[in-house]
Amino acid sequence: MDQQALLIEQVQAAARARQAVQIQGGGTRSFYGRNATGTPLETGGHRGITSYTPSELVISARAGTPLAELQTVLAEQRQMLAFEPPRFGAATTLGGAIATGLSGPRRPWSGAARDFVLGVNCINGKGEYLRFGGQVMKNVAGYDLARMLTGSLGTLAVLLEVHLKVLPAPQREVTQYLECNAADSIRQCGAWTVQGLPITAACHLDGQFLLRLSGTDRGVAAAVQRIGGETLDASNRFWQQLRDQRLSFFSTRQPLWRLSLPPAAPLLPLEGSWLLDWGGALRWLTGTPASAGEVRQAAHLAGGHATLFRHGDRAGEIFQPLPPPLLALHRRLKQAFDPSGILNPGRMYADL
Amino acid sequence: MSLHPVLAALQHHLPAGCVLTDAEDLRPYECDGLSAYRRLPLAVVLPETIEQVRAILVTCTEHRVPVVARGAGTGLSGGALPVENGILLSMARFNRILEIDVPNRIARVQPGVTNLAISMAAEPYGLYYAPDPSSQIACSIGGNVAENAGGVHCLKYGLTTHNIQAIELLTMDGERLSLGGPALDAPGYDLLAVLTGSEGLLGVLTEVTVRLLPRPHTAQVVLAAFASVEAAGAAVTATIASGIVPAGLELLDNPAIRAVARFMDTGYPEDASAILLCELDGETEDVSGQLEQVCNVLRAAGSTSLQVSRSEAERLRFWAGRKAAFPAMGRLSPDYYCMDGTIPRRHLSRVLNEIGRLSGEYGLRICNVFHAGDGNLHPLILYDANQPGELERTEELGGRILELCVAVGGTITGEHGVGMEKLDQMCVQFNPAELEQFHAVKRAFDPHQLLNPGKAVPTLQRCAELGAMHVHHGQLPHPELERF
Repeated sequence: MDQQALLIEQVQAAARARQAVQIQGGGTRSFYGRNATGTPLETGGHRGITSYTPSELVISARAGTPLAELQTVLAEQRQMLAFEPPRFGAATTLGGAIATGLSGPRRPWSGAARDFVLGVNCINGKGEYLRFGGQVMKNVAGYDLARMLTGSLGTLAVLLEVHLKVLPAPQREVTQYLECNAADSIRQCGAWTVQGLPITAACHLDGQFLLRLSGTDRGVAAAVQRIGGETLDASNRFWQQLRDQRLSFFSTRQPLWRLSLPPAAPLLPLEGSWLLDWGGALRWLTGTPASAGEVRQAAHLAGGHATLFRHGDRAGEIFQPLPPPLLALHRRLKQAFDPSGILNPGRMYADL
Repeated sequence: MSLHPVLAALQHHLPAGCVLTDAEDLRPYECDGLSAYRRLPLAVVLPETIEQVRAILVTCTEHRVPVVARGAGTGLSGGALPVENGILLSMARFNRILEIDVPNRIARVQPGVTNLAISMAAEPYGLYYAPDPSSQIACSIGGNVAENAGGVHCLKYGLTTHNIQAIELLTMDGERLSLGGPALDAPGYDLLAVLTGSEGLLGVLTEVTVRLLPRPHTAQVVLAAFASVEAAGAAVTATIASGIVPAGLELLDNPAIRAVARFMDTGYPEDASAILLCELDGETEDVSGQLEQVCNVLRAAGSTSLQVSRSEAERLRFWAGRKAAFPAMGRLSPDYYCMDGTIPRRHLSRVLNEIGRLSGEYGLRICNVFHAGDGNLHPLILYDANQPGELERTEELGGRILELCVAVGGTITGEHGVGMEKLDQMCVQFNPAELEQFHAVKRAFDPHQLLNPGKAVPTLQRCAELGAMHVHHGQLPHPELERF
């Protein structure tokens, strides 16, 4: 199902007509970012794994490949996408995962989506077919535009194919849970990480601190001894539900804020329900009476930023506003990739 | 000769002693680690404050004078080579560690701080900075970011791009930008990724925030010998296929083993066709489990002898031979030229065989010492620059090796950068539309194209320059550094 030629033709036609397009893979992330405008450009049909040799620790697939398919193929070889991209629905595609650049619970210890992107093939706003990076682990030829496209919400280029580094799945994973308050969970997670405990996920929710430990049988057993607490059954299910926002915490119709903060940042003085992921570096807030401005200001003062992840006003600012010189540079870069401004205009920032 | 107007302006902005213009003062800055290229700049400036750096950039923009920023000058691709009629901007005086933030496991440092100094400052807290380029005692973190430097432990811990969290920079027109931050991600485009490895073409770094990792409790090395390079290559694949990601996985072929043996006593089996060094690190319990597994895999892959380091001293002895490999080549041959291609590992045997064939065709010896785990090759072509035509043949052979890397789906540079050296091969790896996209990104940062012009990305009209890392009579530009 190679639709590369068709997609290039469609982007070229849109560029000629100066007609905006909204890029659509599985459509499971349409809630994210600012409201989309323009004619749909369907990438979901451009799918299939194009290359996978497990011993290379590299997989290449077309952007429309469902994440579920990719993860099944990897699991058969006891490998994984270590950045644990969320799936917001069965149709979630690789292209959507990379375009949004979101990473799951393992991120602080294994790396983010951008860390595992080795290369991309894409179409810029002029309809040109371009390849950046490649299928090898180390590559410093040319600017690292593959990582820059990760998380750019389709505003710079249409992803066609992505080359990802994969990792062996851990021999063993165990989740321990302990009763503890949020502030202590942050301190404790930091201390255990510095001590070298093999933590690969840490979440605080409703007075419970959940920690996933990964490694060899011996290594995990030793860490469980050190940490104590109770062992959680069906551990994978919990982390998948957290990753995909299927825990009841997320089933709200109220604005859901994503705050990315320095891991050790103190608890913020904002009322509402909190869930801490990434050992405190990622904090979800909902049901807050605080205004958008107050949430962003609190995140900024703590050294981080806030995203209006779901619900609320999707025509307004979703992402933390950029300082004027940085926004001006973003505009020039948008111009460099997409001079007619046809790719997902306004999806990230109003005038990008 | 009348003074260039930009010099008068710079002298006005900077204290006495911060602007060097005498030829003998400029000489130490004429090249970086790639000493085949030498050029004197118009002047060298040594600012002491960020405000002074800004004044330099604004002044040079006004006069349309190019600027090349330089850290420690240990780079291997000519990235810090001065531009004629340009200013060489040394960031060496920005050498302070500003903050070690233990709870957030980050360090804020100035760009002239050496790579190793960061790990030393973090050591009391049980932390370290993971990327370890061979020049780590001398190379600066600013240069590491500019080149996206690697090292021996990339397979498990990644390159510079995976280990930094924020940078502060000045654009050529003097605008201060802050990219990334103490949080794990930042809003907007991932410009931190674009700046990392941009070889000084987009901005001048004024501060770097690096991630610190807990020091592994244990590290042990397995030294495995093989009867053929193919068997060693297959063992690399088998190790990784077994589900283990070693901290380092290095290969030396027989010419390299023998060169090292003449240089020092490492205990490497001299009759082996190839050896692998496989390092495992982490929690003691994990390492012991993995060691057992790796030894089984290597035995099954046909290893003819296996030694596991039993002490820290023995681990360092096993590594000492690997680290001495480049200087050892210097004793074997008047000159050598170091390549840096990366390939998909499955093509290792095929590429090594083809390199052997090319070596015969050109009548030049080649030793292989490299980061086998990442498929990052460092073939060393041995030659004698005093033999007429040998240098040219060496450069041609080097070019063919890099083109071979591209042909099997690899890249022309894994960690040394393009700089001046590999502009030609960039034309092999990228098509004109891709190169033009790079130029468009450059213009978005630096519209007058004044920062490090003529490096990293070849112009479409002119894909014709060539160069090399030349080592004459064993004299590296930084002989005190280990090269690996």
